[in-house]
Amino acid sequence: MRKLFLLLLVFAALFPYTCADAAQTINGAGATFPYPVYSAWAYDYNKVTGVQLNYQSIGSGGGVKQISSRTVDFGASDDPMRPEDITKEKLLQFPAVIGGVVPVANLANVNPGQLKLDADTLCKIFLGDIKKWSDARVTKLNGGLKLPDSEITVVYRSDGSGTTAIFTNYLAETCPAWKEKVGAGKAVKFPVGIGGKGNEGVANYVKRTANSIGYVEFAYAKQNKLDYTQLKNKAGNFVEPGFESFSDAAETGDFDAKKGFYLWLTNAPGKQSWPIAGATFIILAKEKTDANKQTVKFFDWAFNNGDTKAKDLVYVPLPKSLKDKIRAYWKANGLQ
Amino acid sequence: MMRVQKRKIEGSIALTFSTLAAFLGLFWLIFILGDVLVHGVKALNLDLFINDPAPAGVEGGGLKNAFVGQLLITLFATLIGVPVGVLGGTFLAEYARGRKIARVISVLADIMVSVPSIVIGTFIYAALVKPVGHFNGWAGSLALAIIMVPVVLRTTEDMLSLVPWTLREAAFALGAPYYKVITQVVYRGAATGILTGILLSIARVAGETAPLLFTSFNNSFFSVNMNQPISSLTVTIFQYAMGPYDSWHEQAWAAAFVITIFILILTITGRLIIKWRYR
Amino acid sequence: MPALFCCFDINKRRTMAISFKNKNPVDVIFSLLTGLASVSVILFIIGIIYVLVSESSLAMGRFGIVKFLTSAEWNPVKEDFGALTNIYGTVLTTFLSLLFAIPVAIGIAIFVTEIAPNFLKGPIGVAIELLAAIPSIIYGMWGLFTLSPIMSNYIEPFLKKVTADIPLVNILFQGTPMGIDILTASVILSIMIIPFTASISRDSFNLTPSVVKESAYAIGATQWEVVKNVVLPYSKLGVFGGVVLSLGRALGETMAVAFVLGNNHRIATSLLDAAATITVTLANEFAEADNDVYLSSLFYLALVLFVMSFITLAVAKFFLLKAERKYSR
Repeated sequence: MRKLFLLLLVFAALFPYTCADAAQTINGAGATFPYPVYSAWAYDYNKVTGVQLNYQSIGSGGGVKQISSRTVDFGASDDPMRPEDITKEKLLQFPAVIGGVVPVANLANVNPGQLKLDADTLCKIFLGDIKKWSDARVTKLNGGLKLPDSEITVVYRSDGSGTTAIFTNYLAETCPAWKEKVGAGKAVKFPVGIGGKGNEGVANYVKRTANSIGYVEFAYAKQNKLDYTQLKNKAGNFVEPGFESFSDAAETGDFDAKKGFYLWLTNAPGKQSWPIAGATFIILAKEKTDANKQTVKFFDWAFNNGDTKAKDLVYVPLPKSLKDKIRAYWKANGLQ
Repeated sequence: MMRVQKRKIEGSIALTFSTLAAFLGLFWLIFILGDVLVHGVKALNLDLFINDPAPAGVEGGGLKNAFVGQLLITLFATLIGVPVGVLGGTFLAEYARGRKIARVISVLADIMVSVPSIVIGTFIYAALVKPVGHFNGWAGSLALAIIMVPVVLRTTEDMLSLVPWTLREAAFALGAPYYKVITQVVYRGAATGILTGILLSIARVAGETAPLLFTSFNNSFFSVNMNQPISSLTVTIFQYAMGPYDSWHEQAWAAAFVITIFILILTITGRLIIKWRYR
Repeated sequence: MPALFCCFDINKRRTMAISFKNKNPVDVIFSLLTGLASVSVILFIIGIIYVLVSESSLAMGRFGIVKFLTSAEWNPVKEDFGALTNIYGTVLTTFLSLLFAIPVAIGIAIFVTEIAPNFLKGPIGVAIELLAAIPSIIYGMWGLFTLSPIMSNYIEPFLKKVTADIPLVNILFQGTPMGIDILTASVILSIMIIPFTASISRDSFNLTPSVVKESAYAIGATQWEVVKNVVLPYSKLGVFGGVVLSLGRALGETMAVAFVLGNNHRIATSLLDAAATITVTLANEFAEADNDVYLSSLFYLALVLFVMSFITLAVAKFFLLKAERKYSR
């Protein structure tokens, strides 16, 4: 009995501690696409201010859902919410950083950036029409490359994902068969392949599966030394993914605050534009004023101090003009 | 003679197969444990316990937040689950002994022991995460407690039933009310058995991942605030092992090693107690 | 009220007239407290069913029951959901894992009860118990890092080669051996459920009266014949109950398969294809579903799983109770 009492005492002593806000926490969840850069920013921000920004990469679909049901302080999504949905769900939306989705393959004897693909072959591979790497349609684009006579394993995202949204948006825009059979969205019904959870999951499966192809945000490809491909863009040039080609695509974008900055950057017309670029967005709940102010403070800090870190991870920081537009948007909504 | 030989050959083939089967079982255990051990020990270092995670893809950092979070979640699950389980088991073995309700609850508890834990996670999400408005550690503890209750309840019931009835009669004869008989005589008699049940139930829930995925969620920082998302070893292992970074994989192995050892120690202790007490 | 809770049992000799007379208030409170605690189990079950039904009502209204269970569509873009691919994946992996696990588990039980020298009985018994104690996430992780490469590099190409010329069977091994597929998931699942089946079978075997076994030996039966003709028939109810219990366990297993199943919503014909089980779909998509119908369909899936496993486990319990009654006679 005394032991029980003692236990209760310990319990009682622990209770207030576990409820107290030891450090200030901002909870965010959503897109895995910008996870590397957000977590790097959060790490530095924590050192500077002591505020903990807990960002969990659960996928863009999750980000939209969790902020819509108000289970987090902010959601993040690469699939911008339509202006009418933002109004309906009483949300706010602004972009945070720009990046690119790249196809990644796991092929012996092929180095990153060597494999060349165009929209049509990429689409046919993901449709399951092109089944082998030795298919003439692939080898035609890759003169000097020795491609194996093996079946292609397609790896896609199993969760609701903005990376998938950007990728399928690109395929639907450039490939009529894809638009008709599969469509575009955060989670689509892929005709072939295996599904990995998150950018992490896809990168991991591609890394572990020979002769596979998948698509991930470029930072994941780079950090994991995956064989990313070159792509033919709208202007007809083969471009390598990288800071230059992403910013080239970013410069073509005209974001509009009135529409919650709703905009796609896929298949950009620029000469050196990477065709599968996209912005990633932060979504706030209108009525969570205090949490929003904290979140905005963090992103304001990141806009001022985070550009180098973002560049290190091959994300494109937003152009200054866009940052100013976003700051005006924050002020207009009473968050700064 | 031929028939006898045939029978003997058939017999030895069958017995060889079952011997092989037994060693196959042993083989898997050694394979899995050995793998966890080799990879885990390699990745084990002090940083793991005293540092919080580094940002994705950056080497270094530790899992202090996950260790502490796991302990907190499991501790509170135990504090909720054990009293309910023990009291429930007491009711079945004492006040309701032999009645239909005891049998029904006992069977239902047996079924609940094996109900998919992920279903309990979805239940708690709808019941405790959505209304509260955010993922929180309490939800994780409660989900684990729900898994724990039937386990503790059933062992308590069994262990109390093993206490000889005459012992209670002796106490009644001294004029003790039933609750006193239970708390001071019956519990004392069954204490080791109940303790074992508790140990095994902790071992059971400490390794659970599925019910934590949408309840306590995850947190990349150190936090002891149970009202907020809190990190746990198991969810972290899921995230890290599925992730692409080699440093994550190493830490996942190390975390796997720690949690496996913890659970095996609990299990072995429980078994030893049973063996020592109920030989 | 306390009288109601109180207990007298004609079958089991002792009655509890004492606490009838004794209306000690503490006793009343204590009995109510314990009663409440034990009823919590029923409340949990009712709560789970109520919450799952109410959360899935949207999807139920949209897709109905029959259509949801028979539709192979799982399309978040068109918001069209059916459970068939998930049920198919669940049933297939469970079936395969039982197929792999049962012979091994029964072999282990035979070995431990009949063959093993005494010094081995203990260690193997402990090993099996430990195998059961390892958390499922460890199985999953080990499956992804260790088993999956072995499967894709050695075992699956071998199976493909062997079966290549056998019609019908070769369909089972079509496709690229990538190690993240139904076969690998089933193997991991089977390793997980071996201990359950083995320990229940062992307990059932042990209950065979030695008199019966000895009489069989006395008329010249070999050891195997004793097992086959005496022990197995005698304990078949218990073994069957154990198998069904393992089935229930396998149906609801999440983490062990989540790593290596590949999350694909299709009716796969090859064991080398990726698939999705109900549990894996929940684990991957639950926190991520972005609209109401999607989320509601996931709750609906959880309800389907709950009902499936509840029925299976109830059946298992029924056989185990029957076996228990038979032995205790």
